[in-house]
Amino acid sequence: MTDTHHAALLVAERITRRFGGLLANQDVCLTLERGKLHALLGPNGAGKSTCINMLSGDLPPSSGQIRYQGRDITGLTAAQRSQVGIGRSYQRTNIFPKFTVLENVRLAAQSRRQQPWRIFSQAMKQQWAIDKALACIDEAGLAGRAERTAGILSHGEQRQLEIAMVLATDAQVLLLDEPLAGMGSDESARMVEVLRRLRETRAILLVEHDMDAVFAVADTITVMVNGQVLESGPPAQIKASIAVQEAYLGQEDTFHV
Amino acid sequence: MRYDLVLKLAAVGGLALVPLSGADFYTELIAKTLVLAIFAMSLDLLVGYTGLVSLGHAAYFGIAAYTVALMSPKYEAASLWLTMPAAVGAAALAALVIGVFVLRTKGIYFIMVTLAFAQMAFYAFHDTPLGGGSDGIYVNMKPTAEIAGFMPFDLDNPTHLYYFILAMLVLVYLFVGRVLQSPFGRVLVGIKSNEHRMQSLGYVTFRYKLAAFALAGGLGGIAGYLYAVVFGFVTPELLSWHQSGNVLLMVILGGMGNLVGAIAGAFAFVAMQEVFSAWTKHWQLAMGLVIVAAVLFLPGGLSAIPARIKRALQGGSAND
Amino acid sequence: MDFASFLIQTLNSLQYGLLLFLVASGLTLVFGIMGIINLAHGSFYMIGAYLAFVLTSATGSLFAALALGIPLALAFGALLEWALFSHLYKRDHLEQVLLTYGLILIFEELRSLLVGDDVHGVDIPAIFSASIPLSDVLSYPVYRLVISVVCIVLAVALYFVIQRTRLGMMIRAGNHDRVMVEALGININMIYRVVFALGVALAALAGMLAAPISSVFPNMGSHVLIISFVIVVIGGIGSVWGALVAALIIGFVDTFGKVLIPELSGMVVYVVMAVVLLWRPEGIFKKG
Repeated sequence: MTDTHHAALLVAERITRRFGGLLANQDVCLTLERGKLHALLGPNGAGKSTCINMLSGDLPPSSGQIRYQGRDITGLTAAQRSQVGIGRSYQRTNIFPKFTVLENVRLAAQSRRQQPWRIFSQAMKQQWAIDKALACIDEAGLAGRAERTAGILSHGEQRQLEIAMVLATDAQVLLLDEPLAGMGSDESARMVEVLRRLRETRAILLVEHDMDAVFAVADTITVMVNGQVLESGPPAQIKASIAVQEAYLGQEDTFHV
Repeated sequence: MRYDLVLKLAAVGGLALVPLSGADFYTELIAKTLVLAIFAMSLDLLVGYTGLVSLGHAAYFGIAAYTVALMSPKYEAASLWLTMPAAVGAAALAALVIGVFVLRTKGIYFIMVTLAFAQMAFYAFHDTPLGGGSDGIYVNMKPTAEIAGFMPFDLDNPTHLYYFILAMLVLVYLFVGRVLQSPFGRVLVGIKSNEHRMQSLGYVTFRYKLAAFALAGGLGGIAGYLYAVVFGFVTPELLSWHQSGNVLLMVILGGMGNLVGAIAGAFAFVAMQEVFSAWTKHWQLAMGLVIVAAVLFLPGGLSAIPARIKRALQGGSAND
Repeated sequence: MDFASFLIQTLNSLQYGLLLFLVASGLTLVFGIMGIINLAHGSFYMIGAYLAFVLTSATGSLFAALALGIPLALAFGALLEWALFSHLYKRDHLEQVLLTYGLILIFEELRSLLVGDDVHGVDIPAIFSASIPLSDVLSYPVYRLVISVVCIVLAVALYFVIQRTRLGMMIRAGNHDRVMVEALGININMIYRVVFALGVALAALAGMLAAPISSVFPNMGSHVLIISFVIVVIGGIGSVWGALVAALIIGFVDTFGKVLIPELSGMVVYVVMAVVLLWRPEGIFKKG
């Protein structure tokens, strides 16, 4: 493909977030490229959630800059960032539990062509949104579940639904906060397949605890400790890093590299 | 689906028969109830469908009522076709402006702030020469439906007025139902379910909530307009917080997020009022006790009663 | 406006603002700590005023009425919390609105049944019935000064309770993190009961103190309730300090509004609220 195919889509430059006296994130730099899956690792409290919240616009940074395709988006709200092409899923499942799977994803699709003044048109007659929603439901691996009520799906299926919703917004950058959390090994393997496919045309940031999965799919891994980037590089470099090993040895959830 | 439609048509048919009974007292009582039902539906759009608990909805009801009163000359009838859009527009505009302020808040703040703005509107009519003080203003002549010399119906005729109100009820019901099916309506329901998620999906929810607030204000204005026409006078009490509390009560009685329920809630409210007030001067005591008991012992609201009875009956039959 | 009448209006503003603070402080604590919206809070003010009327008529002295009325109000508050409000903590705001709206209807009708619907006056105690001359024609009633002094003493006492005592520490902790308070093994139900009873007693006390100057009349609580909401919105939910500042602002705005622009006086306090909402939607002293 062309050179732009691998161009940096989202760049975070020295983003910092303070909560009172606490530095939750300090001078974090990240680059997300199209076609690459970038994993963010770190022990609990390392600042991964704060980082993803700053990238998605849920939390304004105290300092630093975030650029999307070269444009400064630091001041944009979450809704505005969604409109430029950044989508996110949440660590705690964040869906519309009483709606059907289709309606969850259709609402996401509808957000790309909002016509609020057309109060007499019928949502279920907007075929484009329904087609788009069904395609995204398939892509996220939920084919055949469209008419189910979202709240009664299995935990793993709800995580897939979140992915489908993000896809329906045409997001070019996917910020995925622990999409594998709480999944069984079968579900987990299915999701990893989905992630592999999604990566081909988009940039993905993956916050994840499942080390096997991370090392299986990530192109780049950034390890955070105490709100700062400890090390960033390809999986092999992270595996070999003594600093990373030391940081994790002090932790309860030692990971096996 | 069909069955549902038949029931609704039967209900409208039944309401249409009321004036034919010749019982003027009940015709007027039901006309008043239908006006309150429109009012309750307008609030349900906010509380039940958008998740905005407004405790100041009477402001828009009252503003529309005052608009018709102020537009009506003392000794001749104003035009229905002029005063009604003006009254509804004034209510919607007031809701739009107030919405800009109140929608900056959430939760408990929103409840308090809507109440406070309604009180501000109350004082606008209570204290200023504009509103005629606490005594209010009479609407001596009901608006005329005459248009270019042609008179399709006459609001001075109680039967015509009743059918006009019933028609407005059906129109508002169809309108709100249709709006809720639209992409706009789906967004409102999404906001009620999970506003934060709607924002991260790229919706600027403030704008949708503001549009819903103005729309609900306008629809509440229809009810306020009809109220002024039926009763022939307006007072600041129309904007009082008791009025706001009562309409919220109707919505909750009927089960939020259910337009038929809002209508039923208005009927239940008026029925309770009539029964209790026939029984004692202190009927609000009984009303208050019912409300408190309902919250304490029926966490799902009164609308959950049928389901509870059903469950109890099924449980009972299983034991037989 | 000459200096004497300016002074009088300033003193009136202070007195009214401080009285409102007594009502609003309880409201904001109950909001902030328990997460409960209580529409019936204004009724406690009304109940206080009627207690002052009934007890003063019975005993012949406002002091005796206060001595009897305050413990009664505390007990009433504790009882209400136990019987009703303790069931509301995990309910949504709508149900809280509904139940407390029902309570207003009950309280007003009980008032009507027990005391009637007439307007009553309460005599100012003889030792405070004098006025301080400020000019040839203007003077200021001692009793209003006494109200202000009592309110200031109570505000200082409240400050010390919240900042310096163990109960206050619990209140502040509960204000911030309910889970943490429970983890420390503190009986949160007890704190809730004490805070609620305190809030009821403060509102009732405000009603008792106000009775001699405002007279005692039906529905007197609803205006005070809505003004207290405005104060809580301006000051920020849960902030007693914010409630004090906001109450004083409202006291001044309302008092001077009545003098300077009488026909818009009802609306000015709401305009102030609107401005604050544009500037800081969560109140001036919202805790970060």
